[in-house]
Amino acid sequence: MMIQWLWITALHVAPKWLESLVEQLFAALPVWLTSNLTPTDATDFIVWPLLQIGVMLLIVLTVVAYLTLAERKVSAWIQVRVGPNRTGPLGLLQPAADGIKLLIKEDVIPFKADKVVFTLAPIISMVCAFIVLAVLPYGPHYASITNINIGLLFILSVSSVGVLGIILGGWASNSKYPLLGALRSSAQMVSYEAAIGLTIVSALIFTRTFSMQGIVEAQRSLGVWFILFLFPSFIVFLVSAVAETNRAPFDLAEAESELVGGFHTEYSGFRFSIFFIAEYTNMVVVSAIAATLYLGGWYVPGMDWVAAQLPAAYREAALTLMGVTAFSIKCGAILYLFIWMRWTFPRYRYDQLMELGWKWLMPAALANIVLTATIFILGKELGLVRSVKGVLEMAWQGKVFFTVAGFLSLFPILALLNAINRNSRSFNLRAQRTTIPLSTRKVKLSPGVKPA
Amino acid sequence: MVPLSWYLILSAALFAIGAVGVFVKNNIISTLLCLELMLNAANLAFVAFSIFQGTIEGQLFVILVMAVAAAEAGVGLAIVIALFRNRETLDVDESSLLKL
Amino acid sequence: MTFQQLLFIGFAALVLGGGIAVVLLRNPLYGAFALITSFVGLSALYVMMGAQFIGAAQIVVYAGAIMMLFVFVIMLLNVRADEERPPRHRFLVWLAAPLALLLSAGLWLAVAGVQGDRAPSGEAGTVERVGKNLMTRYLLPFELTSVLILLAVVGALHLAKREKE
Repeated sequence: MMIQWLWITALHVAPKWLESLVEQLFAALPVWLTSNLTPTDATDFIVWPLLQIGVMLLIVLTVVAYLTLAERKVSAWIQVRVGPNRTGPLGLLQPAADGIKLLIKEDVIPFKADKVVFTLAPIISMVCAFIVLAVLPYGPHYASITNINIGLLFILSVSSVGVLGIILGGWASNSKYPLLGALRSSAQMVSYEAAIGLTIVSALIFTRTFSMQGIVEAQRSLGVWFILFLFPSFIVFLVSAVAETNRAPFDLAEAESELVGGFHTEYSGFRFSIFFIAEYTNMVVVSAIAATLYLGGWYVPGMDWVAAQLPAAYREAALTLMGVTAFSIKCGAILYLFIWMRWTFPRYRYDQLMELGWKWLMPAALANIVLTATIFILGKELGLVRSVKGVLEMAWQGKVFFTVAGFLSLFPILALLNAINRNSRSFNLRAQRTTIPLSTRKVKLSPGVKPA
Repeated sequence: MVPLSWYLILSAALFAIGAVGVFVKNNIISTLLCLELMLNAANLAFVAFSIFQGTIEGQLFVILVMAVAAAEAGVGLAIVIALFRNRETLDVDESSLLKL
Repeated sequence: MTFQQLLFIGFAALVLGGGIAVVLLRNPLYGAFALITSFVGLSALYVMMGAQFIGAAQIVVYAGAIMMLFVFVIMLLNVRADEERPPRHRFLVWLAAPLALLLSAGLWLAVAGVQGDRAPSGEAGTVERVGKNLMTRYLLPFELTSVLILLAVVGALHLAKREKE
């Protein structure tokens, strides 16, 4: 406990002692290198962020390693098994064992593969997954690596490049199954990215900023989480996020029963583990975005009150500690949901997957933008909400109004989806079965079975 | 501070590279790639002028150019696919049916 | 030379290097790669100037969407590398580099003395400013662009569609 407190306060005061350290360093460095920079700038923009990046990398890599263990443990519990329990107490050293195993395995590059692209693909995947961590706010103002005012756009743009790693990995392997897997997964990711981008727009109506820290502050100043106002948007985001990370029930890209292993079939050893790490980092990132946008990020109602009870010297530190804890709990909950989904739902068919993306989630997101904007304007006309210099202000009536309206807007959206997909047979197995005439069926039923 | 002329010079050089690519490459996909390069050189000049004049119009124009580039890539690649289906080649010199 | 100028030189090198690689590399897939690096450098330059929205849109639209389309088509047609076939007018290729130098030198002369009216500010291209202008004063061009994109979608679908036998 004491160490944690020290760490948090150190986080707060660090630029001071760090600055003197950098000043000493500057005296030792040659002049031509340092003449363009002041020690303060160097500390604030180079040394301190680098330190934070190091800490963040360490934490996230550990989280990712234990996420793989969590996945196996949770799957075991769901299937009434024990799960890995031999390496270390309760199997806690399993990630380390896995890591060592993958590290010392032979690194195979197929003979016919495009070697440059083959080696580059996992790197692209991993870099794109990790760059996003730079803008995530995991605590109050100084507890995020950087706070840029296009944070959310930055995340969207980087993750759109991340698809490239998968598609190139599949192509460079020069083999059938990876190519099919890569085509599937990139088509899937591109189409669900559109849904994610559109559903975020409706959230922006309330956040009024792209900055991730600003989004949390917007919820803090209102004292609510945006999931209350934006319930349909949250559902769309969650489904698209699962699809975006290529996880079951949308894991067609690596459907082991159909495609061997998807785009990374030909990868082995450490390169494979890099893809694996990137995938799980993407999971962490997506859950962090969901937590920030809809669940208040590091903010919990009442934390300001608790902080106000403490002596002034500890206030910031306590706020940070509570914030980081709340943020990790929220992320953990969403990650658990992802794992739970994976071991609960059966896999979709590919046409169903595409249909779900383009004919269900996209219209839902579009309709939600219109509805949310209408509700917002309505609230503004009724005088329930005011915008003061880009920050929303509302009393409890406004909050109740937007919450009720947010949940009620589910019904028009569902009506619209019903209207669009009434004649679609993708999810209606009975209709699918009966519309194919018996004579044209490819697979003949065995004599004992009655036709449906 | 970086002066405006630096950005413009970079834009000019990029444009020249793109133009050379369009003339030199005989693979139609590479030609399209070089076309994108030229569009981006123009974009850079637009943004630089917009920023250094303190007006917004240049940046809005860049957004329109991006939309046009997306449309161009979409239609252009569709044509490439149709061409490949009919003639089984991507060489621009090979698709010369309209030539006298 | 200030720190910003050093950064500019670094990113400009990235942009130009990517561009030159697009022209020199024979494999279209590598070319697409090089073009993406070039776009990343351009996006960094936009952000340096203060045009943050354009910087982000550059990556989303170009690197994320347009180049993805190119890579898709390259994969679909399985283009491995340009055929090793002597171009018909080989001497023209050798003429290209000097002519490019001439073109860039001419453009250089034209723009070398240009001065900006004011120093760039960090607020020059925020999302708010771009969005407000796009949705009020320049709404018509914006809407027309969406019509253009719709046309392109329909056209691309029609062109790439396989004809039914």
